[in-house]
Amino acid sequence: MTVLPLITPKAIVSTANDDTAPQQARFPFAIVGHVDHGKSTLIGRLLHDTGSLAEGKLAELQAASDKRGGTLEWSFLLDSFQAERDQGITIDTTQIFFQTAKRPYVIIDAPGHKEFLKNAVSGVAQAQAALLVIDAAEGVREQSRRHALILQLLGLRQVAVIVNKIDLIDFDPVRFQSVADEITAFLAELGLTPQAIVPISARHGDNIVTRSTQTPWYQGKTVIDLLDGFEAARPATELPLRLPVQDVFKFDHRRLVVGRIESGRVKVGDTLTFAPTGKSAKVASIETWNAAPQIAAAAGQSVALTLDDELFIERGMVATHPERTPHLTHDAVLRLFWLDSEALEPGDRITLKVATSEYPVSIEGIRAVIDVDSLDRQVADRVTQNGIAEVLVRSRNLIALDQVDEFTKTGRAVLVRNGDIVGGAVILGRASEANLADEPRLLFSPDHLVTNAARAAANGHQGAVIWLTGLSGSGKSTLAMALERELFAKGRQVYVLDGDALRSGLNNDLGFGPEQRVENIRRTAQVARLFADAGLIVITSLISPYAAERDNARNIVGRNFHEIYVKADLATCEARDPKGLYARARAGEIRNFTGIDAPYEAPTDASLVLDTAATSPDAALKNLVTYVENAVKPQQGQQSASA
Amino acid sequence: MSQIQNTQSDLDQLEAQSIFILREAYSRLKPITMLWSLGKDSNVMVWLAKKAFLGHVPFPVTHVDTGKKFPEMYDFRDRYAKEWNLNLIVRDCPPVEEIDPTLPPAARSAARKTIGLKRVIEEFGFKGVIAGIRRDEQATRAKERVFSPRADGGAWDFRDQPAEFWDHFNAGLPDGAHMRIHPLLAWTELDIWRYVQREEIPLVPLYFARNGKRYRSLGDSDITSPVPSHANSLDEIIAELRSTKTSERAGRAMDHEREDAFERLRASGYM
Repeated sequence: MTVLPLITPKAIVSTANDDTAPQQARFPFAIVGHVDHGKSTLIGRLLHDTGSLAEGKLAELQAASDKRGGTLEWSFLLDSFQAERDQGITIDTTQIFFQTAKRPYVIIDAPGHKEFLKNAVSGVAQAQAALLVIDAAEGVREQSRRHALILQLLGLRQVAVIVNKIDLIDFDPVRFQSVADEITAFLAELGLTPQAIVPISARHGDNIVTRSTQTPWYQGKTVIDLLDGFEAARPATELPLRLPVQDVFKFDHRRLVVGRIESGRVKVGDTLTFAPTGKSAKVASIETWNAAPQIAAAAGQSVALTLDDELFIERGMVATHPERTPHLTHDAVLRLFWLDSEALEPGDRITLKVATSEYPVSIEGIRAVIDVDSLDRQVADRVTQNGIAEVLVRSRNLIALDQVDEFTKTGRAVLVRNGDIVGGAVILGRASEANLADEPRLLFSPDHLVTNAARAAANGHQGAVIWLTGLSGSGKSTLAMALERELFAKGRQVYVLDGDALRSGLNNDLGFGPEQRVENIRRTAQVARLFADAGLIVITSLISPYAAERDNARNIVGRNFHEIYVKADLATCEARDPKGLYARARAGEIRNFTGIDAPYEAPTDASLVLDTAATSPDAALKNLVTYVENAVKPQQGQQSASA
Repeated sequence: MSQIQNTQSDLDQLEAQSIFILREAYSRLKPITMLWSLGKDSNVMVWLAKKAFLGHVPFPVTHVDTGKKFPEMYDFRDRYAKEWNLNLIVRDCPPVEEIDPTLPPAARSAARKTIGLKRVIEEFGFKGVIAGIRRDEQATRAKERVFSPRADGGAWDFRDQPAEFWDHFNAGLPDGAHMRIHPLLAWTELDIWRYVQREEIPLVPLYFARNGKRYRSLGDSDITSPVPSHANSLDEIIAELRSTKTSERAGRAMDHEREDAFERLRASGYM
């Protein structure tokens, strides 16, 4: 053989082509369901009917099927391991590529056997959508339910149901409907709505590519239509920045902080704060190799940054913008699935791995174990293999924590024991916030398709609760109304939640005793929180005299809670007495009146103190407006819609 | 904000993911090496390493030499080891006589590489071995993990693979074991070629057609055959792959000798 000269790349690259132009990324979806309900058969059928099989594969398949004396087994295509072919089951997860007219796909086939859950999880976690296959004759079985629950826990929301083997029930629409109803009801309890429920026969090809004449009563989507209708996930570029540090490199003169952006954006000149140390530095450059220099990067990209300051940084720290850092906490409530054969028990020590950081934690308690069949929360002293539970963990070191309802990527974690991943978890919150112990059922909050970030971008500000506390007559209501008018004039979505107005309606069953005051505050805080979630700036004007109940309100509302102390001494308030209440309290006509015969616990750590006895009403208002305007400013990355 | 690119192309996404994997491997497993078979996939892998480590390849690159590669491949190795500033380890494989005689002939020949690799791992005490396999190449590779532990002796227990999800990889290893890291697992053959074209990555010329034939996959010269093709530019190869229904490893004899031949090879430590 003659030796060819080495070809340099320039010589073989032609200039006129568009093959490196962006093309649609492959859409990964999972096929899950109980063992033998026909997952692998469906995949074989999809490949064949979309013309995706390699030449000779069908003949190979026929030969393999013949050898075992069976009819053509589509599933042999995937169950490629010898052991699987002989036993006719899927041991591990498999990935298979195919293409429709619309886009390319990756199918993730997850095994239905209970003992293979860790493989199923490994597969399904990579998917953006899932088909839940149910045998028409057998109906919903244990693994159908468990897989649906896993889809929910893994954060998958695009789910469709495939009722397979419809030929075995003679294409009967009534029996189909009863299976459909059963699974719809179960999914609804998980907060999942199937995008379609398709009656098919994978073996015979009914309703896969074209509508079957055998099911004239079915007018819905075929499997292919259904797949093409799933939406591709977009990187979380609109959320606050989370850049978990993978490593710090010093191969040459540059000191490079490297990692993948899990959410948000970063650009040269940004100030970054590193959790948990809280140290900050500016981004001096975003380095690349064999690519144009970058001045900005967004979620999904692997980056290498240089900083303007030589901070101590190591793997496991998280770079964020200073306006929106993770919670720092020593405890967290997790909803977890447990994969290890050795059970998890209170007192166990385990590693919680969140992005690139690893925290040694202890299991403080098991709040509940979830029964897969009924979804009931049950008391338990251990979590066994394949179990799903809510547990409280405690860490000696500070955990930089995001909640999964806000941060899909950094709000989840894996559990590691002896170097092996033995479970997965979503982070529900700090122990004080994740107040779940009293829930009779497993409650899943609905997933809004409009995100908080999108609302903030549309409104030009974030939702917030401005909680005014102070004695009666301190000026809360006057300030609240003036603040509402000022903000409204600036185009803000703002509303005063007035204590008296609430007491005349929602809270008209409550009196003024200590317990009923607590309930009054709780309801007000819950309403305020919903308003703030909807994107509004909510101003509350309540005396709220007890520190504990204000803390409770803060816990209910979360991070957008701003406590404002409207301060005026009792003598000043009593002299003002705008509603004549002090006089009536002194006269004994009103009992439990704050300041007279009930205490007022002044805030010690309010976000802002307005001394209305010492400053003019205008000055106090101006001060308050400035504070609120600053507090509700959109985060970086939320300004795109209004800019 | 307008200058920020909102949409990453599919190749950008694959590249970012591979860089993430390479950095995880380098940060968590030491000492580590990358296998360089001189084929298109391992060249892409070296290229991705230079991206991940900003122009450097901070670990040795290993060529387990069967002594039966095409001459073009040795030329390529000598030139680019220098040009890319690689710390290159070359080790020879044992002769075929030392290999399990119950294997079919081509698989037996390929198994030389398994033994050769095992010896390199022992010699340097590698804890991590980065290999350029892809899920779309072959059905048993489709079952692989990104971080895939190998027991002492290199065996792969596909019945009991660790859980791997949300881009968290197991890095724990028992004594004597090592980790295989697969940064190209999610790529397809077509992705590789489109990326080669985009990045202008050098390749051994055997991939381009001469006299109506080209090599689609490069193994040892005695057990690899060219496939019929007239594609002699990147454009033509990409166009050919978009329409072909022949599998990539059609020219690799060891895949076709017996139904489970490749599975057996892999279970004993082959890539």
